[in-house]
Amino acid sequence: MANDVAPGELLIQLRGVTKVFGEGPTAFAALKGVDLDIARGDFVAVMGPSGSGKSTTMNILGCLDVPTAGEFLFRGHHVEKLERDQRALLRRRYLGFVFQGFNLLARTSALENVELPLVYRGEEKTARRAAAMAALDKVGLADWWDHTPAELSGGQQQRVAIARAIVTHPDVLLADEPTGNLDTERSIEIMELLTDLNRNSGITVLMVTHESDMAAYAHTIVHFRDGLVERFEVTEGAGVKA
Amino acid sequence: MWGTTFLLAVREIRRHLLRSFLTILGIVIGVWAVVTMVTLGQGATAAVKQQISSLGANVLQVRPGQGFGRGGGGPQPPDFKIEDLDAIRTQIVGVQAVAPLVQSTGTAVYNAANWSTTVNGTNREYFTAQPWTFTSGRIFSPAEEQAGKAVCIVGNTVRNRLFRGMDPVGQRFRIKNISCEIIGALAPKGQGGFGNDQDDIVLMPYKAVQRRMTGNRDVRMIMVSVDADYDSQRVQASLRDLLRERRHLTDAAEDDFNIFDTKQISDTLSGTTQILTSLLGAVAAVSLLVGGIGIMNIMLVSVTERTREIGIRLAIGAVAREVLLQFLVEAVTLACLGGLLGLFLALVSTLILAPVLKVPFIFDPQINLVAFIFSALIGVVFGYFPARRAASLNPIEALRHE
Repeated sequence: MANDVAPGELLIQLRGVTKVFGEGPTAFAALKGVDLDIARGDFVAVMGPSGSGKSTTMNILGCLDVPTAGEFLFRGHHVEKLERDQRALLRRRYLGFVFQGFNLLARTSALENVELPLVYRGEEKTARRAAAMAALDKVGLADWWDHTPAELSGGQQQRVAIARAIVTHPDVLLADEPTGNLDTERSIEIMELLTDLNRNSGITVLMVTHESDMAAYAHTIVHFRDGLVERFEVTEGAGVKA
Repeated sequence: MWGTTFLLAVREIRRHLLRSFLTILGIVIGVWAVVTMVTLGQGATAAVKQQISSLGANVLQVRPGQGFGRGGGGPQPPDFKIEDLDAIRTQIVGVQAVAPLVQSTGTAVYNAANWSTTVNGTNREYFTAQPWTFTSGRIFSPAEEQAGKAVCIVGNTVRNRLFRGMDPVGQRFRIKNISCEIIGALAPKGQGGFGNDQDDIVLMPYKAVQRRMTGNRDVRMIMVSVDADYDSQRVQASLRDLLRERRHLTDAAEDDFNIFDTKQISDTLSGTTQILTSLLGAVAAVSLLVGGIGIMNIMLVSVTERTREIGIRLAIGAVAREVLLQFLVEAVTLACLGGLLGLFLALVSTLILAPVLKVPFIFDPQINLVAFIFSALIGVVFGYFPARRAASLNPIEALRHE
């Protein structure tokens, strides 16, 4: 793996990224040439109407998908040239995911859910337990470690999901509409947690949202429209509306 | 990683206990059937060998007539004479013992008890050819044999019927109105290869039976015990030539006697049961394959059901091989559980069935091991396709799966 990237340096670069789904006359261009730079320590919100290409961009940034054309440099790796399993290893090592639907394993305790990424890293059971408990503590759910998702509220489930995303100390946390299924109060709690992780743990946060209240927590808002970056917006961050 | 994967598989199986049980049922029944069939079949083979060997190992039984019995029509071929035995003894190499069998039936009476039984007249060499053991007493002396004295050796059935538990040696009883002194008692041999009671028998010197019961000098059967160092086929051939000559058969005439080789029969019968065992085992193995298809079916359902879980694992950074392994280990664990359960049921059912079918229970570790490994292999083969499918899922689509 490449050398660590210092704070403020470019962590992610998209250069002329296009993504076409399907072939022939039914082909659909979701991205039509996106250029995007994200520096280490940034907190970026991606906004745009549905079909604007924000989810596709997030999938590419999350190394879950590859561009049809263009370059995606992550920590100096040309991700667009990597094989499926190599991208999985990048995700394992550097990325954490938070989803709108929480996506916790059912009938599995909070602790075991948080441990899961460490299992794939091959860490020992005692080390896993300790790291997972620390992550749960960070999201304020240490006392709930033995509860299954069904026994937790939506806000709590999302916090478990965040604990799972940060247990590996990732470079980047990718959050796809993390507050989409939550009420305002819970949403604010989650956004404050993400802000805290961004500020105090040095985690770069990329978040898709369609709520401008939530986007206001980010430093930079990227507006997408019709498969292109429409404009960048720099905010005060931490929920203060620009 | 392996330990965690295995624990994960066990947990998944425990979550769906009933479904897991139904999934492995095919394997359970398959292993159960294969192991039960083969174990009982091997018991049957051993039983056949043991029953045949009670006729005397490596003994040629010579009877007049072709095949068993004396077919209908035509003049009956003559019985043998005692001179035939002397000729065999002196002219054929590799013969250990030659014994006549002069057969008669009669009712034996002792005090108020009576019992109808078979009387076999024979000589001292008979006891070399036939594997009898004595519970008490002795065989005929040479003098008794020569003189044709009325001395008797009784089989276990006769002894039980007439003397209850008492030792009969030294007693006298009447058989066909001959007063006979009992000089020996035989240990039980049990049921013969053809369902006959081998212990329902009284042995006397052949001269006594000829003179006082059959009233002629005929010998119904000759037993020739072949020396273990000689080839029984060879001895059989020269015996045939000799008897043809003595019975004045022309080259064109067929044999008017038959030679029954116990060793050959033993080999043939146990060969037959072995073939039947393999056939039954093969039929049962087909149900094992069907069991494998059952596992594949449920694993495919499971992969579809757990699509979202697979998506989460892939997003978190599981590589294809790890997801493949997870589902493969689950399939193999299921198959092995099925195998173990099948082996257990087979053990129980063979222990119950063996006495019912009157075959010995022979535990064969080899067939148990083979059946177990085979069921594990079925887990690998039929689990691979669903596991492959799970591993090749697209994480984005899998995460969207409802």
